[in-house]
Amino acid sequence: MKIESRLAQIGSQHDPATGAINFPIYQATAFRHPQLGESTGFDYSRTQSPTRKILEEAVAELEGGDRAFACSSGMAALQTVFSLFSQGDHLLVSLDLYGGTYRLIEQVLSRFGITASYVDTNDLEELERHRTSATKAVLIETPTNPLMMITDLEKVCTWAKKHGLLAIVDNTLLTPYFQRPIEWGADIVIHSATKYLGGHNDVLAGLIIAKGEELAERLFFLHNSIGAVLAPHDCYLLMRGMKTLALRMERHQQNAIKIAEYLKTHPMVEQVYYPYFPSHPGHDVHHKQSSGNTGIFSFRMKSAETIPHILKHIRLIAFAESLGGVESLMTFPSVQTHADIPEEIRRRIGVDDRLLRLSVGIEHVDDLIADLEQAFARAQKEVGGVFA
Amino acid sequence: MSDHHENDFHKHGHQPDSYHFETRTIHFGGEIDPHTGAASVPLYMASTFHHFSLDEPPRYDYSRSGNPTRYELERYIAQLEGGVRGFAFSSGMAAITSAFMLLSAGDHVIVTEDVYGGTYRLLTTILNRMNIETTFVDMTDLERVKAAQKPNTKAVFIETPSNPTLKITDIRATADWARENGLISIVDNTFMTPYHQRPLELGADIVLHSATKFLGGHSDLLAGLAVTRDERLGEELYKLQNGMGNMLGVYDSWLLMRGMKTLGARMAHAERGARRLAEWLAQHPKVEKVYYPGLAGHPGKDVHERQASGYGAIVSFDTGCGERTKKLLARVRIPIVAVSLGAVESILSYPAMMSHASMPPEVRRERGITDGLVRYSVGMEHIEDIITDLDQALADL
Repeated sequence: MKIESRLAQIGSQHDPATGAINFPIYQATAFRHPQLGESTGFDYSRTQSPTRKILEEAVAELEGGDRAFACSSGMAALQTVFSLFSQGDHLLVSLDLYGGTYRLIEQVLSRFGITASYVDTNDLEELERHRTSATKAVLIETPTNPLMMITDLEKVCTWAKKHGLLAIVDNTLLTPYFQRPIEWGADIVIHSATKYLGGHNDVLAGLIIAKGEELAERLFFLHNSIGAVLAPHDCYLLMRGMKTLALRMERHQQNAIKIAEYLKTHPMVEQVYYPYFPSHPGHDVHHKQSSGNTGIFSFRMKSAETIPHILKHIRLIAFAESLGGVESLMTFPSVQTHADIPEEIRRRIGVDDRLLRLSVGIEHVDDLIADLEQAFARAQKEVGGVFA
Repeated sequence: MSDHHENDFHKHGHQPDSYHFETRTIHFGGEIDPHTGAASVPLYMASTFHHFSLDEPPRYDYSRSGNPTRYELERYIAQLEGGVRGFAFSSGMAAITSAFMLLSAGDHVIVTEDVYGGTYRLLTTILNRMNIETTFVDMTDLERVKAAQKPNTKAVFIETPSNPTLKITDIRATADWARENGLISIVDNTFMTPYHQRPLELGADIVLHSATKFLGGHSDLLAGLAVTRDERLGEELYKLQNGMGNMLGVYDSWLLMRGMKTLGARMAHAERGARRLAEWLAQHPKVEKVYYPGLAGHPGKDVHERQASGYGAIVSFDTGCGERTKKLLARVRIPIVAVSLGAVESILSYPAMMSHASMPPEVRRERGITDGLVRYSVGMEHIEDIITDLDQALADL
């Protein structure tokens, strides 16, 4: 079955009692045992609940994994995966990574003796240089956020396997609709499902997908023990969102390409970071391993001064954190999503005070371009002679 | 809008300290939405919030970091427990994990001996790998707690009454000793709820709840809550909640508040029934032992009465052997046989095979969690129906 059909059919026809087309939301926390030592498969909803199970099975299948686990947020998914590691363990992590991940590693995991090196995960020589006997995993984001750097999944997952490291891939920006990292050798895929999978900026959720029963069993144990599980109502909302994932991703991509092209030729914009462009250094690798482009990209303005004015004047596009929703959002990474990353690292990778990130929604693209056009024009006027 | 209405709005934001607990569970400050007057906190499903200007960051920017619906719940529990900051988590275990993660590698914690099986599992299979060292101690005797202290001890974790054998720890004495020794004292207050017991008022630093139980009260949501005594610990816990992302979702935050509004009425009813049930069981020939802090002869009764206003809704009892207990579980008609507790439905659990199954058998027996032990969580049914049902189940065992 094609992915569009599988998405549209998530949870349907699974309720044997009524045949309801949408699976019911089981709010129950406890389940009656038929008799001692017997279970319906559900005992306590932290361990497993019927609604969450439907979601987890669907996601595992979409990503090509063996089992999936739904968590209370993307960060909870990451924290659950990181709990696989012990004091003294070391991780290789993308240099251009989400600020929340950086904060979790540096402010929490470091206190438990787990350390990380921040590297270009597409550079095998650099990975090799930072690998020690304590290294246990490599965490890949491709494309990275916000600079859209690409990592060759097949190359790096093969390298990880050779050295006995877990290859963990954050697939938030592309979703299984465009990219399935397990097919390229990843052991674990994680998602902030708050983004494209949910798609409506109305639910926080995280997902873990594991390949291999032994690894899945360890993650199940942690998921249950740490208890950062996703609630039934939010599981339902997430499934409801996923039913339109294919349609939304197509429209996000279509709109993003047009806007990226518009910005590329705009005199106030210095550079647009989007793997769609053949000039993007990761273009070929990206199109080998993914079947499309995400709806988010970053661009660097020529002048930092114009940014507060642009953020003030955008009307249709909201100035907010997050991404991947039906509504377009503009983010200023250096003060929002990436504020916790030290300035030195931010500068090195280019997350500076001229960089903006645009999560393109599914509004009509002409309205979005018109909104940018008027905000840019007003910003230019207010900043004055700089661009005159 | 008339002046009259404006005055009403103002009035609803204010809770005199003189209000009784039951009144404060209804009039907690967030019960009236200031924008519309709605008599229930709205569900703000938004994951993200618009910044109207770069210079004025909004109060909420991303729901993991803060959400208006969850905030009302967090304020609500902080107020009921008499603390300064409240936090809502995706489950009781998520709250407990976060509290333990205030510690760092190399730290040591002293924990109630018959602690909840899930907490035991967390400490002995996950946090041990992060080099958090644990000593389990019978906390009915403060001298044993003192004897467990090491140079690297950073915290004391108390469950009172404990689960499932309802042992009592003197919260004030333990918290005072902890403070004198620079340790954080953490109390799991799930069994009592702030209706019966408020550990922060007795000197504890952090109170935790599996709000899945009495606070939610309807077996329909998983949630954990934490309240801190001061801002500093509150800020540390906030960083962990936001950093690890194990906060409670919006819908469940609302559902929990809805449950908490009837906490006083539910606890009063269940406790009255549990007292009657414990006394009845104590007289029953087929029952070898009853654990309930309200029974004469319970070794912790005096201490419990000093620190709590009631005995709670949980009664544990031992039929003497596993075979008899299994028959009992098959025969009961009123309680659901399940894990969990603290709901409108009575729940009968078998700790050895359910809540404490993750504890090794020898450790379990040492702690009185025998194969004959069951735990009865008294619900909202009529107590005479509960007793009649148990009577038929216990007959001819």
